[in-house]
Amino acid sequence: MGSKVTTMRDAIAELVRDGDTVAIEGFTHLICFAAGHEIIRQRKRDLTLARMTPDVIYDQMIGAGVARKLIFSWLGNPGVGSLHAVRRRIEQQDPEPLEIEEYSHFGMVCRYVAGAANLPFFPIRSYYESDIPKVNPNIRWMRSPYEDGTEVAVVPPLRPDVTIVACQRATPEGDAQIWGLLGCQKEAAFAADRVIVVCEELVDESVIRRDPNRTVIPSIIVDAVVEQPFSCHPSFAQGYYDRDNAFYLKWDEISRDPEALDAWLKEWVYDLESHADYIEKMGPAHWESLKPEPATSGEVNYGRYA
Amino acid sequence: MSDPGYTKSEIMIAASARLLAGVRNCFVGVGLPNIVCNLAQRTVAPDLQLVYESGVFGARPERLPLSIGDPTLVSGSTAVTSMFELFAYYLQAGLIDVAFLGGAQIDRYGNLNTTVIGDYAKPKVRLPGSGGACEIAIHARKVLVIMRQAQRSFVERLHFRTSPGHSGDPEHDRARGWWGSGPTNVVTDLGTYGFDEETGEMTLLTLHPGVTLEQVRENMGWEPKVAPDLGETPPPTPEELRLIREELDPEGVYTS
Repeated sequence: MGSKVTTMRDAIAELVRDGDTVAIEGFTHLICFAAGHEIIRQRKRDLTLARMTPDVIYDQMIGAGVARKLIFSWLGNPGVGSLHAVRRRIEQQDPEPLEIEEYSHFGMVCRYVAGAANLPFFPIRSYYESDIPKVNPNIRWMRSPYEDGTEVAVVPPLRPDVTIVACQRATPEGDAQIWGLLGCQKEAAFAADRVIVVCEELVDESVIRRDPNRTVIPSIIVDAVVEQPFSCHPSFAQGYYDRDNAFYLKWDEISRDPEALDAWLKEWVYDLESHADYIEKMGPAHWESLKPEPATSGEVNYGRYA
Repeated sequence: MSDPGYTKSEIMIAASARLLAGVRNCFVGVGLPNIVCNLAQRTVAPDLQLVYESGVFGARPERLPLSIGDPTLVSGSTAVTSMFELFAYYLQAGLIDVAFLGGAQIDRYGNLNTTVIGDYAKPKVRLPGSGGACEIAIHARKVLVIMRQAQRSFVERLHFRTSPGHSGDPEHDRARGWWGSGPTNVVTDLGTYGFDEETGEMTLLTLHPGVTLEQVRENMGWEPKVAPDLGETPPPTPEELRLIREELDPEGVYTS
């Protein structure tokens, strides 16, 4: 198989189209901010953004005007508070309305599962006596066709046009390994039409083959591979860098004020060519401060069966 | 009132931790619940397994986690699962004994709103939404709620019911067929509550030292049901305070 390695600019230019449904997943961990910034930089428009937990990255993207709709299950700046740009659009239609479609976490996960498994819907025991189905007609009810007739809620498949997955390491073909919090990166990738893998480091196929249990995304579903260190900042990559909590706190102030948000986007996204510039602008001391002490796993013995 | 030697958060933490005596598998939230669970693990519940909706089972955090997805929860944990497994095999299958929830609004039956203040279509305040709360409320065997009390949060009518509590009709509740029995306790900055077994109504069990029934009434939107043997919440012990201040939240992020 051939290498799919490309630049972030080319991957986003070729694979993310105006009007697409785009999922950048990762549950607090491995959130690909660098891809979100490139989407902002290329001024994509009318996107439907899907994500369990619209984080600071979706506040930045929605504040920058790339999206018309948001599909989610928890909306906030985790551990800090609100996403103010998103709230302005929902509460005051400022500067324009934002369509929303909301689920619970389990509902969102199972939408991706249905999409990945090519199922027409997925049943879950949730939403009983909740008002959520009253405001989301896509959550429906059915009785089990088997004897007990249990009533379950069902959710429809979610099939993003593009899913962007950040991971610790991948081969040039796109076999990707993740450790630490897995979120629903795998489900969102299998559910998608196109997949972009963004890795902290490219590795040789032999590295992946030595530890196949850790492979989350196989190259057969991957369209492009981007090697981009620190692509998840200010979120984190387990074992590589910590969450930059100071930035999450700072974002709370920035996004309260539309002018401050625009100024931030100009300084840190539009005026920079790429994530490499962002890394350089932050400075090496900043990256050093986010580096954890090592804690390596013991090796397991797969055995050789020649 | 003279200084009791502890903060409101500290008595909320201590009172909540004691409710975890003997508990095995507990779904943890960030902030106060996280400190509560870590305190319980060091005192009344040594076998407590900390479970996080981010997919961590049996966490042993070496620092105070800043969110439910902090990397410190992963390193040294028993298992990291996909979110599908966590919600389907652990929660929906009934393995979670206790979970902590909170919200912007709670009603007398323990129903919770974390979605909107005002009308859904044109909200005055857009809140985070469910996250895992809706299914946690349904499947955790017991739900403990930690919230500060105020007129605007302890309300007669929720603006939106995100997560179901008791229905007010015990016959109905028994026929639901869920794992969860609804909220069992609420701990506030003023006192602790249980829920009436017959009516499912929140019932004041203890007042924190120095707090009056009048203060409780002033800070909720309905006339509270009061237990006939209304007691006083035991204050935090010196050992509980030492653990909170020296080990669990030395910088006072959540407890000052």
